[in-house]
Amino acid sequence: MSTATVTHTAGASAHGEAPILSLVEITKKFPGVIALNKVSLDVRAGEVHALLGENGAGKSTLMKVLAGKHIPNGGQILLEGEEKVFENPKQAKQSGIVLIHQEQSLVPEMSVAENIYLGSLPKKWGNRVDWKTLHRDSTAILDRLKCSFSSKDLVSDLSIAKKQMVEIARALVFTPKIVVFDEPTASLTDHEKPVLYEIINTLRDQGVGIVYISHRMDEIFHLSQRISVLRDGEYNGTVNTADTNEDEVTKLMIGRSLELDHASKPKDFGENMLELRGLTVDGVFEDVSFSVRKGEIVGMYGLVGAGRSEVAETIFGLRKISSGEMLLDGKAEHIHSTHDAVAEGIALVPEDRKDQGLILGMNCRDNMTLAGLETVSSNGFMKPAAEKLVYDKYQQAMKIKTPSWRQKVGNLSGGNQQKIVIGKWLHTHPKLLILDEPTRGIDVGSKAEIHALIKDLAKTGYAVLVISSEMPEVLGVSNRIVAMYDGKVTAEFDGDEVSEDALVQAITGQYVTSGDASADRPVT
Amino acid sequence: MIDMKRFMSGGMGIQPIWIFVIVITIFFSVMSDYFLSVGNLTNILVQTSTIGLIALGMTYVMINGNIDLSVGATLGLAASLSVGLQDYGLTVAVLVAIATGVALGALNGLLVWKTGVNAFIVTLGAMIGVRGLIFVYTEEQSFYASNFAFSDFGASSIGPIPVLAIIFLLCTLAMHLVLRRTGHGRNTFAVGGNPEAALDAGIRIGRNMMINFMIVGFFAALAGVLLATQMGAATPNLGRDYELWTITAVVLGGTKLTGGYGSITGTLGGVLAIGVLRNGMNMMQVPAFYVLVILGVILVTVLIIDQQISVKSSKGVQV
Repeated sequence: MSTATVTHTAGASAHGEAPILSLVEITKKFPGVIALNKVSLDVRAGEVHALLGENGAGKSTLMKVLAGKHIPNGGQILLEGEEKVFENPKQAKQSGIVLIHQEQSLVPEMSVAENIYLGSLPKKWGNRVDWKTLHRDSTAILDRLKCSFSSKDLVSDLSIAKKQMVEIARALVFTPKIVVFDEPTASLTDHEKPVLYEIINTLRDQGVGIVYISHRMDEIFHLSQRISVLRDGEYNGTVNTADTNEDEVTKLMIGRSLELDHASKPKDFGENMLELRGLTVDGVFEDVSFSVRKGEIVGMYGLVGAGRSEVAETIFGLRKISSGEMLLDGKAEHIHSTHDAVAEGIALVPEDRKDQGLILGMNCRDNMTLAGLETVSSNGFMKPAAEKLVYDKYQQAMKIKTPSWRQKVGNLSGGNQQKIVIGKWLHTHPKLLILDEPTRGIDVGSKAEIHALIKDLAKTGYAVLVISSEMPEVLGVSNRIVAMYDGKVTAEFDGDEVSEDALVQAITGQYVTSGDASADRPVT
Repeated sequence: MIDMKRFMSGGMGIQPIWIFVIVITIFFSVMSDYFLSVGNLTNILVQTSTIGLIALGMTYVMINGNIDLSVGATLGLAASLSVGLQDYGLTVAVLVAIATGVALGALNGLLVWKTGVNAFIVTLGAMIGVRGLIFVYTEEQSFYASNFAFSDFGASSIGPIPVLAIIFLLCTLAMHLVLRRTGHGRNTFAVGGNPEAALDAGIRIGRNMMINFMIVGFFAALAGVLLATQMGAATPNLGRDYELWTITAVVLGGTKLTGGYGSITGTLGGVLAIGVLRNGMNMMQVPAFYVLVILGVILVTVLIIDQQISVKSSKGVQV
């Protein structure tokens, strides 16, 4: 099953202890799919065990089996050497297995303390809530996590990162033995992450076994002691983090190595497809000017909140322009609605696939044709055969993995969902393709595929604007980079000649014009 | 939607409500000698056509994620207008009645679209206000049709089948096709499934919602006119509680209150379920008050069963 040369328990002596948790040959079948095929995994007390795999490799399914959400078709779960059968999440929780979700499950209109102890509020006589104990205990947990907010704060007032802290605090009520983190940093900013790392390390030092799922290699190498890899529902080996490197792990994950190729960027571009002249939306961003040419990929780089997504939304007709103008294909355009934008050939792959990009309850085909119904209908009536052709075309071109076009999009993995969104827009044959964080939460394999796809699109003449917070992504795909800080464009760079330092300075507002950097052309 | 496709292709997954309709039809056929006759079955179609017509439009509005509580009042107003304006000619009376329904629907849709106030509240207001308009217009009087062609129409039939039943079935077919086969139908699902994603796909969601409110307004008015032809009269209280029966039928048919999911075939099943139950219990001489109790219990029971089934089927492939 595994072609890797990695031994399964290479590091048994490193910590020298029996595993606190063993998953033995877990098998889980869904109609038509074997999601897990005899997958085994050991987790020791006091280690951070990273679980890696492409989207669809079975990580989430495995963790759902562990947490009692799925009942496996075969295999054993051994917790501290004892066989456990979890028929529901409650049993798993009571045994000390806690899952920190990607999606948050807090009650927004309640206080932090009430959320932490939800379902097990301390009581006084007469079944009244013992507020004093509640806040004392909650504060103790929050202190342990070094949280800066009070147990009396309303959850709805907290940032996403702080909400996640509450979610973790909730797990600590039960003195967990195993804590599973599923993509915990997906919604955190760079300076919020160290806090999370510290919490994870604290838990680890207290002897908790930690399973850490993430697509980000830097995090995994920073945090974990061992790495296990799943591929296509099968166990593909475990390595000691100290004895390996990113290339090796990537190879284990996808069976080949990846390289971002910076070389193959074309140099000749066509006319300006999009030109912004002093575009301003009051209170959001001001005086934004840049252009995107046919066949060119322009990267828009900046921190969260710098105004990048807002610029994209404005181009797409979701925000009202206060001043400045926008030229599309050389003509001044007044776009008042998304309908206008689509009609003018603008496409936006939004930041949040699930909330903005897809109708999760609809099937794959219907989502794919949604933005271009005119082309697959006549006189208002749909032509199912034409729709199927469109779907097949993009499904094959982008290698979208799904059992059938009838599959609901909500059941697909993140990478495949993103491909459906991109396919939806390619079908409208846009002049300008805007991608907002196109690979957020997507595994390295699909990520590389999407990067290659973006480059191919540019080669065929699309003007592409890519918004990203990831520097390697911006550097890897862009011909030109527009840096934003605090609602303003601070600099524009040639994608091949820019230095990482200059980019970081530009997006943190410290950019200083320097005469020697001829390629770097400050705008303001 | 998948279940729908299977249902249409004669496959395995029949909608639960249709199983229920078949079961109760067999039950009443055994229990009552008069139930299973052409005369009684067409009678059921005529009896249910009023709720049924409104339910067709309501299905669209509910798939959109909205609701319209004002349909009963709209029905009452349209009925009064179609009788009260007969001095200006039958055509004028009917056209004005129906145009009023469409206009009220447009107003509901416009308010929901432009203000963002929940459709429940907007149409609750419309329900109260329009009922008030009926009393203003009729001065609490019942109107009687002066034109005999009007009341004759309500009792007419083509062959053995009453015209009202034919109208209902044709409208059902048309609404089914529009929902399943047109871009408007597809957009209706998209807007209810995820308004933000629909907007980002360039769909004019406000326009889509407004059209659907106009459709339900049209059907409420049409139902009002047809009900008036059956009675040869219109009373100011006509159509009270009809919004509740309509919503009951649509929900029984599997359309979700949260939007994004539903079908006309399901709604037809829901409408027939209510019609068959009422008619059948009537045949068995169950006292009217008990009929209501039984209907209430059945509504909740069917929805609980439906819930169980959909929970099971939603645990599909998740890789």
